[in-house]
Amino acid sequence: MTSPQDDRMAKPVCFQDVILRLQTYWAAQGCAVLQPYDMEVGAGTFHPATTLRSLGARPWAAAYVQPSRRPTDGRYGENPNRLQHYYQYQVIIKPSPPNLQELYLGSLKAIGLDPMIHDVRFVEDDWESPTLGAWGLGWEVWCDGMEVSQFTYFQQVGGHDCKPVSGELTYGLERLAMYVLGIEHVMDMPFNAPDSPIPLSYGDIFRQSEREYSRWNFDQADTKMLFDHFRDAEAECTRILTAAEADGAGRRIPMAHPAYDQCIKASHLFNLLDARGVISVTERQAYIGRVRALAKACADLFVTTDAARADEVAA
Amino acid sequence: MPDLLIELFSEEIPARMQARAREDLKKRITDGLVEAGLTYASAGAFSTPRRLTLTVQGLSAESPTTHEERKGPRTDAPEKALEGFLRGAGLTKDQLEVRDDKKGQVWFATITRPGRPAADIVAGVLDATIRNFPWPKSMRWGAGSLRWVRPLHSIICLLSDESGAQVVPLEIEGIRAGDTTRGHRFMAPDAFTVTGFDDYAAKLRRARVMLDSAEREAAIRQEAANLAFARGWDIVPDDGLLSEVAGLVEWPVPLMGAIEDRFLTLPPEVLQTSMKEHQKFFSARNPKTGRIEGFVTVANIETPDDGATILAGNQRVLAARLSDAAFFFENDLREAKAGMKAWAEGLKSVTFHNKLGSQADRIARIAALAREIAPLVDADRDQAEEAARLAKLDLRSAMVGEFPELQGIMGRYYALEAGKAPAIADAARDHYSPLGPSDEVPTAPVSVAVALADKIDTLTGFWAIDEKPTGSKDPFALRRAALGVIRLVLGNNCKLSLEKMMMKPVAAHVVGQAVRENAALKYAQLIPHADDLGVRVAALNLEAEALKIAIAQIESAHDDGNLSDRSVSLASDLLTFLHDRLKVHLRDQGIRHDIIDAVLAQPGNDDLVQVVNRATALNDMLQTEDGRNLTQGLKRAGNILAQAEEKDGVEYSFGADEKFAETDQERALFKALDTAEPAIRKAMAQEDFPAAMQAIAALRTPIDAFFEAVQVNTDNQILRRNRLNLLSRIREAGRQIADFTRIEG
Repeated sequence: MTSPQDDRMAKPVCFQDVILRLQTYWAAQGCAVLQPYDMEVGAGTFHPATTLRSLGARPWAAAYVQPSRRPTDGRYGENPNRLQHYYQYQVIIKPSPPNLQELYLGSLKAIGLDPMIHDVRFVEDDWESPTLGAWGLGWEVWCDGMEVSQFTYFQQVGGHDCKPVSGELTYGLERLAMYVLGIEHVMDMPFNAPDSPIPLSYGDIFRQSEREYSRWNFDQADTKMLFDHFRDAEAECTRILTAAEADGAGRRIPMAHPAYDQCIKASHLFNLLDARGVISVTERQAYIGRVRALAKACADLFVTTDAARADEVAA
Repeated sequence: MPDLLIELFSEEIPARMQARAREDLKKRITDGLVEAGLTYASAGAFSTPRRLTLTVQGLSAESPTTHEERKGPRTDAPEKALEGFLRGAGLTKDQLEVRDDKKGQVWFATITRPGRPAADIVAGVLDATIRNFPWPKSMRWGAGSLRWVRPLHSIICLLSDESGAQVVPLEIEGIRAGDTTRGHRFMAPDAFTVTGFDDYAAKLRRARVMLDSAEREAAIRQEAANLAFARGWDIVPDDGLLSEVAGLVEWPVPLMGAIEDRFLTLPPEVLQTSMKEHQKFFSARNPKTGRIEGFVTVANIETPDDGATILAGNQRVLAARLSDAAFFFENDLREAKAGMKAWAEGLKSVTFHNKLGSQADRIARIAALAREIAPLVDADRDQAEEAARLAKLDLRSAMVGEFPELQGIMGRYYALEAGKAPAIADAARDHYSPLGPSDEVPTAPVSVAVALADKIDTLTGFWAIDEKPTGSKDPFALRRAALGVIRLVLGNNCKLSLEKMMMKPVAAHVVGQAVRENAALKYAQLIPHADDLGVRVAALNLEAEALKIAIAQIESAHDDGNLSDRSVSLASDLLTFLHDRLKVHLRDQGIRHDIIDAVLAQPGNDDLVQVVNRATALNDMLQTEDGRNLTQGLKRAGNILAQAEEKDGVEYSFGADEKFAETDQERALFKALDTAEPAIRKAMAQEDFPAAMQAIAALRTPIDAFFEAVQVNTDNQILRRNRLNLLSRIREAGRQIADFTRIEG
């Protein structure tokens, strides 16, 4: 029988192995292991567990996998690294603990990257999301010359100063797992254990859908409809945010989360329109500005809610 | 005399910020210490990715006690005045003394500031330095409010002398200064204590940290060269990369690898850029093949497998990157071979500047201009125009999309692939030059034509939309473009009239601007429905239509010679800007600004080659005694004339006759002018400025003698007029060459 120590150091054998180890590791560090947000987003940061929860004074610690969609990155499943649908692993801890770098390095060990035989480096990379009105300072983490994670100390989200500061870790799961597993083409990567009764590769699961979505994203999506949806989401977001805070029974229930859903929708619709090539360079900025305005308004409302307020911490 | 050791230990400091941070730390701390009255013998600052370190040696143990005398109000001044004085001095009335002053009795205070121990001063100075450190970007972390470049973890602040080391008591936001630090993140992560700088540096080395970035750089350079030598290769030197890499490691371990054969067909610039930008690899060249065939990566760790895992990982990442590059390059070559029409088409939708149209609009303008410039620089018109049309197409290529710094370089490869003449392909690579004051100036005629056209289009365009540089702001690098024009013209000896050359593009921009504004107005009216695709397309067509009209208007305006006043004044304003840049350029070459001014005041000042030749010849002449005295004589003649002309209300410009000459000196001057005038005219016509200077310098002796012997303003009006007219010949002779009134001294 192998000891748990040996288990941890043994190399993962498949994609889900990498994910499961990260889940186990971050659960052991005390993070709430959340499930993916049930909407289309461009990155794990859009999950309200990061965007909204990095606001306000309440301590927070969460980890989750987030399926992410970047329509312009579609390559019909042919490119070894690029996908229009992929997975990010996201960790967010507020306030950022003093040993966050060590915790992070521990997670690399957990997936089989021993920093004593690899070259792990923290290389300057400042993060900014114009759509979320957010920025932070940190690094991209290099392992043997490959970027394996993004490590950021949030300074501002939705135009609000982050106080306290959240530490955010983002792992590009496919790329990281391919490196750990020694796979050249993402579609060749074993998803479950290769010795399973029914072994499935990443390609078995996603090759077909990557092709289909690439076609739809680039050529087929109905742009008129997408423009309409964008406007609808924008209008609904604004309406929710400006609705009276008290409900029919006089309870104060501001609706930051439903409004933020509409903001996420608008953002994704913009990405689709961008992939369809119907947004010119100058218009791009205007659309990004419109989504940012929504994100900021959602943040403004969220910080007034119990989920954000510091006095709730003391209670 | 104690020594001071400071270490600020943090998470990884961006490599590009470390050099500046070392200097700032040293300056702020030593300045603060000196300001507080301490002295020191020497100081040195160091950095690694995780620490900023300062050592100050021979620091005084305490600051001296000082006495300051302050004069207060008179003894009979109101009580309020005295109270204010006491508050300011921090004293009570019984500590003051009364002294006699010119105006009566006055209060005097003597403020004594006792010396402070070095530790107190160091604590205060370090606290202020940390809180106000000028990082280009700083951040907060956790729940604190302290700002640093990345989270700050520990501080060493240690004063040490023969009797031992003492930690300076200091606490900032929960970080208490101490005497401990840590070694290499992975190889020696444990904390250890130190007793002073020497002990600190020695223990760090044992803990696998090379403190001095210069030492790390030297170690990398040396080891990389050794690794390359073993394979018969050379490292391509890159100081910027070296200093960056030295800022990414505490313990440099260079490792060498070979590039897979399948990538060796990629252009060397692509290999080098990809390896440098993405991986921070040094390139290794095989001198036998001239190709880049290997790389050196610098790891931050010694491993049990001697870096085998690290090197294999880096090889894999490089292979993935280069596969991408090869894929881009092959696709790009295919498009190049097919004529690059898709790229030209694509540039129509890339905005250059929203008031100056798309990149395609810009290319069309540059092509037209290059065609006009071509004959002036001995280039073939058709070649220049074609080169201009091709030069920027690579902006749409996948490779330049990935590596913007390869613009032009890729353009050359693609033009060659498309079967274009080498002169045309070279223009794609060279037309951006010169980029800086030390960048080489293109000399091939087609490249010169396109480079000039590119820069003149930029200058005239931004002038027409009123986006000139102001103060330190020059977002469109127009000063650089202007210097580029100057260096291209001078470096290639291009005889051309810049003002004339700029007039048409300026006019084109002015008209284009008006039309575009008009179109924008119409477009704006459609905006409420702009999301409707159909309307957007209609609006875009409308703009295209408007541009066609604009071009027609420009053509006709040019044909009529009917350029608007605005165009004329913009072109002349732009010429003044170019003249200002020329002055800066020539000043750097040792030619005084007044000499340039004297030449620029002459007609033909938009022919920069002529301006510089004149200024150089004038400068040379003014180095001689004859030249300096001649200038005085010319000025004197000019002043006498100006006064007389103002008094008499006429211009003396004609009619001096030798028969009215009374003295030998007058007659000698007539003779000298008779010789000099045609010589100057001839030399000037041939633009032989040294000869012209020589001819006019010959007037020095007769002019001096004339002023010595002859009174110009005599009572005899005939003689006076004659002499004034004679002086006007001197003035005229000078004016042929320069405006001598502007010469200083």
